Amino acid sequence: MSALVEERVGHAHPADHHPEPFWRKYIFSQDHKVIGIQYGFTALAFLLFGFALMMMMRWQLAYPGKPIPLVGPLLGQNNAPGGILLPEFYNQLGAMHGTIMVFLGIVPLAVGAFGNYVVPLQIGAPDMAFPKLNMASYWLYAVGGLIMLGSFFAPGGAANSGWTSYPPLADIATQGQTWWLAGMLFLIFSSLLGATNFLVTIIQLRAPGMTWFRLPFFVWAQFVTSFLLLLAFPALQAAAMLQFMDRVVGTSFFLPQGLVISGKVLEVAGGGSPLLWQHLFWFLAHPEVYVLILPAFGIVAEVIANNTRKPLYGYRSMVYSVVFLGFMSFLVWAHHMFLTGMGTVISSFFQTTTLIISIPSIIILSAFFLSLWGGSIRFNTPMLFALGFLPMFGIGGLTGLPLGLAAADIHLHDTYYVIGHFHYVVAPGTIFAMFAGIYYWFPKITGKKMSELLGKIHFWPSFLFINGVFLPMFWQGLAGVSRRLYDGGQQYAHAQDALWLNEVMSVSAWCLGLAQIPFVINLFWSLAKGKRVADNHWEATTLEWSAAPSPPLPHRNFHHVPTVVRGPYEYSAPEAPDTYLPQNGEADEKAA
Amino acid sequence: MQIPYTVEARPDTGLYNAKLGIWLFLASEVMLFGALFSSYVLLRTGAESWPRGSEYLNIPLATLNTMILIASSVTMVMSWASLKLGDFRKYKLYMGLTVLAGFGFLIVKYFEYTAKFAHHYYPSTNTFLGIYFTLTGLHGLHVIGGMIVNGYFWGPGSKLWRRDPERFANRIEVAGLYWHFVDLVWIFLFPTLYLL
Repeated sequence: MSALVEERVGHAHPADHHPEPFWRKYIFSQDHKVIGIQYGFTALAFLLFGFALMMMMRWQLAYPGKPIPLVGPLLGQNNAPGGILLPEFYNQLGAMHGTIMVFLGIVPLAVGAFGNYVVPLQIGAPDMAFPKLNMASYWLYAVGGLIMLGSFFAPGGAANSGWTSYPPLADIATQGQTWWLAGMLFLIFSSLLGATNFLVTIIQLRAPGMTWFRLPFFVWAQFVTSFLLLLAFPALQAAAMLQFMDRVVGTSFFLPQGLVISGKVLEVAGGGSPLLWQHLFWFLAHPEVYVLILPAFGIVAEVIANNTRKPLYGYRSMVYSVVFLGFMSFLVWAHHMFLTGMGTVISSFFQTTTLIISIPSIIILSAFFLSLWGGSIRFNTPMLFALGFLPMFGIGGLTGLPLGLAAADIHLHDTYYVIGHFHYVVAPGTIFAMFAGIYYWFPKITGKKMSELLGKIHFWPSFLFINGVFLPMFWQGLAGVSRRLYDGGQQYAHAQDALWLNEVMSVSAWCLGLAQIPFVINLFWSLAKGKRVADNHWEATTLEWSAAPSPPLPHRNFHHVPTVVRGPYEYSAPEAPDTYLPQNGEADEKAA
Repeated sequence: MQIPYTVEARPDTGLYNAKLGIWLFLASEVMLFGALFSSYVLLRTGAESWPRGSEYLNIPLATLNTMILIASSVTMVMSWASLKLGDFRKYKLYMGLTVLAGFGFLIVKYFEYTAKFAHHYYPSTNTFLGIYFTLTGLHGLHVIGGMIVNGYFWGPGSKLWRRDPERFANRIEVAGLYWHFVDLVWIFLFPTLYLL
C-alpha cells in the first residue's frame, strides 16, 4: 500500500528499468502498447488479405469465365483451372472475405489495436487491468486467424456457406466449415477476455479526477463496445458449439426431418430448426455491427474536436446516445430475418425497434456536423479522413432505413442494395475512421509524423474510388440484381440494363487497391525516417497527448499519475480563447 | 508505477479488479448458458414430440450429484472463510474437500454417460439426447476447469499465502464465485433436463 502512495506522488520506479529479453518485449509482451501494435499490424495484414480475395471475385463478376491475369495461375487446378474461378472457389472467397474482414480485420483493429493502445493512456492508467489476459487475448486471436487461413488447405477448401454460415447448408458443407467453427471459437474466447479487460480497466483504473463525464468520447465508445462484445458473443459461441455438434457428433439441432440432399433423404434423426441458428447468429451479429461502428465514432470524435479547435457539440447527448445505442442493439436482430416468414407480429416489433435505434445514430452524426460549425478547421490528413467518414456513414445509415421496414426489405434483401448499404457503413465509414486514427495517433506511438503529402495522395483517390465501388450497388440492387450470382447477373433477364456497372465497380476496386500503396509506403517510410515531432504534436487536451511522452514509457506510460481537473475537449475556452486547456492540472502549474 | 487496486478495493466502486473481472466474465457465461437454454426451449416447443427426462435419464444419480455439488459450494465458502480467520490448515482441508467433490461429481457423471451408451443412446439419437449431452458436457467442462483452478490453489498456488495473505484470500474468493456459478448452472440443468 505504501509503495502505491509513493507512486501517486510521483517517484521514478527503479524496478522498471531492468531490460527485458526480446521475446518478452516484442512477442509475448504484456505491455498494452506493444499488444496494441501487434493487433494493429496483424489486423491490417488481414484487411489487405480479405481485400485481395474480393479483388479476385470482382474480376469474375466483371469478366465471367475469363482467366484472372497475374494471380489466376497461382490459385491451383482445384480452385481455378486455367486461371478461371470455379463456382465452389468463388463461394469460399465470398465466405472468407466476410469472415476475415469482420472478425479478423476490423474488430481487432478497432478494439484490439486502438482500444488497447489508447484507452489506458486516455484514462491515465499505467496499463490494462490484466496484462497477462491481454497477451492471451492477442495470441488466441492469432491462433484463430491461423486456423481460418489454414482452412483454405483443408480437403474441399475453406468454408463456403457465406460468412453467416446458415444451416442446413453449413451443416452439410465440406470440412472447411468445421475449421471455420473452431477458428471462430478461438476468436470468441479472445474477444471475451479482451472485453472483460477493457471494462475492468475503464471502471477501475481511471486516474484521480477522471469522472465518468470527463472521459473522452473515444473511451465511452470503447466502453459500450466492450459490453456488446461481452454479452453478444456468447450467443454465437452457443450457436457454433451446436453446429459443431451437428457436424462432428451427428446431432440435428439445425436439421429438420426428411431433408433431401441431391435426391437422397439425409440420414439424421431430424427435429431441429434451421431458424434457430439465424436467431442465435444475429443475436450476436447485430450488436457486432455496432462493435464495428462505435470505435469509429470514438476516433472521429477525437479527431474532429482536435482539428476544429472547439469542444464537441453536445458531448453529454452523445454519451447518452451511445449508451442507448448499445442497449437497443440487443433488440433489433430479427430485422435480418424478415424473409424467413417469422410472422407479421414479430416483424412489426423488430421494424419498430430498428427505426428507434436510428435516432441515437442520427444524434451522434448531427453532433459531429454541428461541431464543425464556426470552427477554424485544420485540414490535415486525419481530419480529411474524419470528414470523409461523415457523409459516407450518413449514406450508409440512411440507406439502412428502407431495409428496416419489412415491406421494403422483402424486395431489397437479397440484392446488391444490401451489400452497398452495409459496405457504406463499414468500408468508407469505419475503415476511413481507422485511417484517421492511424494518422492521428502515429506521432504518439512513434514520436514521428507521417508524411502529409503521401497522406493526401492516399485520401483523395481512396475517397473517389470507394464511392465508385459501392454507389453503383444501390442502382443494381434497386434494379433487382441478386447478390448471390457467380456470373454477376449475365444470365439474369432483368439485370441486363445494370450489367455494365459491374465493370465500373471492379475497375474502381482495383484502383482502390492501388490507392493504398501510398499508405503502405508512408507507414514504413515514416517509421524509419519520419520527421521527429513534439510530445503533443496536435496540441490536444486529452491525457495521452498532454501527460505522457511520445512514445509513452514502457509498462508505465506516465512519469507520474496525472490528476484530471476538467473535461476532455476544452479548446478555445472563454478564459483562453486562442489556446487549449489540457485535462491534467499539472500542465496548468507549468504554464503558470 | 504499478497497476492500482489489484488487492485493495477502489473506494468509489468498492471492488478490487479481479472481483469485477469475474463478475463480468460470469455475465458472459450467463449469456452463453442462456443462449443454450433458449435453444432448448425453441427446439422443444418446435418438436412434434418430446420425451420425459425420466424415460432416458437416471433421476436418483442426478439427485446425488446435485447434493454433491451443493456440498462442494458449502466447503468452498468455508475454505475462504478459514483464510479470512487466518486458519491455513482448515483452508487446506475444505479446499481439498471441494476438489474431491468435483471428482465425485465427474465419476457419477461418467457412470451416467456409460449407461446411456450401453443402451445405444447417443447425441445423434434424437434432439433431446443431443441437447442433454451438449448441456451436461459443457457444464462438465466448466467443472473440470474449476477443479484445475481449485487444485492449483490447494497445491502449488497456496505458497502465496505466506507472502501476501490478503491477495491469496482474494484469489480464493474469485475462484469461489466461479465455482458457485458452475453449481448454479447445475441447479437449473437438473430440473430442466431430468424432471420436466
